[in-house]
Amino acid sequence: MSKPAAPVMVDIRAVHKSFGALEVLKGVDLEVRAGEVTVILGPSGSGKSTLLRTINHLEKVDQGWISVDGSLIGYRRSGSRLYELRERDILRQRTRIGFVFQNFNLFPHLTVLENIVEAPVSALKRPRREVTAAARGLLDRVGLADKADSYPRQLSGGQQQRVAIARALALEPGVLLFDEPTSALDPELVGEVLDVIKDLAHQGTTMIVVTHEIGFAREVADTVVFMDDGRVVERGSPGDVLDAPRHERTRAFLSKVL
Amino acid sequence: MSLTSDPPVGTKEPAPPGDDYAALKVVPVRHPWRWVAITATAVVLAQFIHGLATNPGWEWGVFAEFFTADVILEAVWTTLQLTVYGTALGFALGIVLAFMRLSKSRFLTTVAFGYIWAFRSIPLIVQLLFWFNLAYLYEELRFGIPFGPGFLSFDTMGLVGAMSAAVLGLALHQAAYAAEIVRGGVLAVDGGQLEAAAALGIPRLRQIRRIVLPQAMRSILPNAANEVISLFKGTSIVSVMAIGELFYQVQVIYGRNGRVVPLLMVATAWYILLTTVLSVLQHYVERYFAKGSAR
Repeated sequence: MSKPAAPVMVDIRAVHKSFGALEVLKGVDLEVRAGEVTVILGPSGSGKSTLLRTINHLEKVDQGWISVDGSLIGYRRSGSRLYELRERDILRQRTRIGFVFQNFNLFPHLTVLENIVEAPVSALKRPRREVTAAARGLLDRVGLADKADSYPRQLSGGQQQRVAIARALALEPGVLLFDEPTSALDPELVGEVLDVIKDLAHQGTTMIVVTHEIGFAREVADTVVFMDDGRVVERGSPGDVLDAPRHERTRAFLSKVL
Repeated sequence: MSLTSDPPVGTKEPAPPGDDYAALKVVPVRHPWRWVAITATAVVLAQFIHGLATNPGWEWGVFAEFFTADVILEAVWTTLQLTVYGTALGFALGIVLAFMRLSKSRFLTTVAFGYIWAFRSIPLIVQLLFWFNLAYLYEELRFGIPFGPGFLSFDTMGLVGAMSAAVLGLALHQAAYAAEIVRGGVLAVDGGQLEAAAALGIPRLRQIRRIVLPQAMRSILPNAANEVISLFKGTSIVSVMAIGELFYQVQVIYGRNGRVVPLLMVATAWYILLTTVLSVLQHYVERYFAKGSAR
């Protein structure tokens, strides 16, 4: 691990989650330290996206608990009881956790700039003028300064995903979650999105990235986690997990994707 | 095909050599039957217009006399008021009902469903007569603690006059349809949009107002415009309550002077004129909500 002394940013303990009769997460533990990049790999259906979605409470866990930056997600502790949080408080917690979707989910009726400005103004009540200036800075950072007044449909997939990243960053979250950020992109557009994520990694942003890009994991990750069938099978440095996997299932998966 | 008039093969024109297609003359396909259909339609149309102009039964002089008469203008104004209030109240209640039906509470969805079921089942004319006779059921209306003492009370007969009974009836009827239209529009918005808004921590009401409704408007508007237009014409039903709207007034006048046809034409012309205005309005409102869309 690169920064062993850094505090824990995301702490996942014994998380279980079922959809009906199907148990998707069967007791997952994971710890992500501040400034670290964690890449989660695994076959489809292994529960990696669901795990990511429990971190910002898009999915409610059935058992176990998750805390981000020291605060429990979805609950408030008082003495020996856990009180379920009201939606308003959950929404406030989410402003500390950036989420980037596979399908971008930009708001199509708002311009690029309006997409980025919306949440800081309406959720954090920050002054619009200040947020707009910051948004232009973020657009510059993802290389789209000239697209501020475009609508999402006028952009390529890669550009849309870079706007989505800028939108998540506008809330200045403590951690960024990426759910297969390049899976919906044409192959030639994958690079530009990964470059933006790499940039963020170099600047010390805490990130959890679910992806199938092994090369990206090798280059950027501090920790690689391999999940299968709702469990963490293996975790370690990219060198350990990718080049010398200890588990048969990790080996089998890597032999298919490499 | 034998119907087309391609030049017969082997004319005297000298054919350019080889496969130099660029030098060949292109002969478009002919549509003789289309011309037959156009001629037939034009003849029928001409007959119709000729009839309108020359048949003395239309009594265009009477039409012109009443088209802008004060009584008629007042009646048009009443019709417009019924439409505007009916639409505004109907859609306001419709939006509430739509979100009740979309809520996670079983109780709220059932109540909303029940309302929609009931008001779509009762013919508007029956409903209007019920409202008109409300005072028979409830002699006074009180505002206060439910089942407890009241603070304000109104005499139902005085409060629910004919006009407000009509607006109430139209609005309650409209709300049932509006609810389903709004619900359909909201369901048509991609689920990822709400998820993204939730992930960004945007407050719940703001998610609806800023993210969901503007996008839902695209599928709500064409249906809503249909509803407004059909409500506008539907106001003529209110004539059963002896309210001086356009159709009632026209009936009163031709009851007096016996000029049935020209007076019906007066009403028709006003309905057409105002529906046209509504359609133009619809075009511009739709264009506004098409921001950022490809089509």
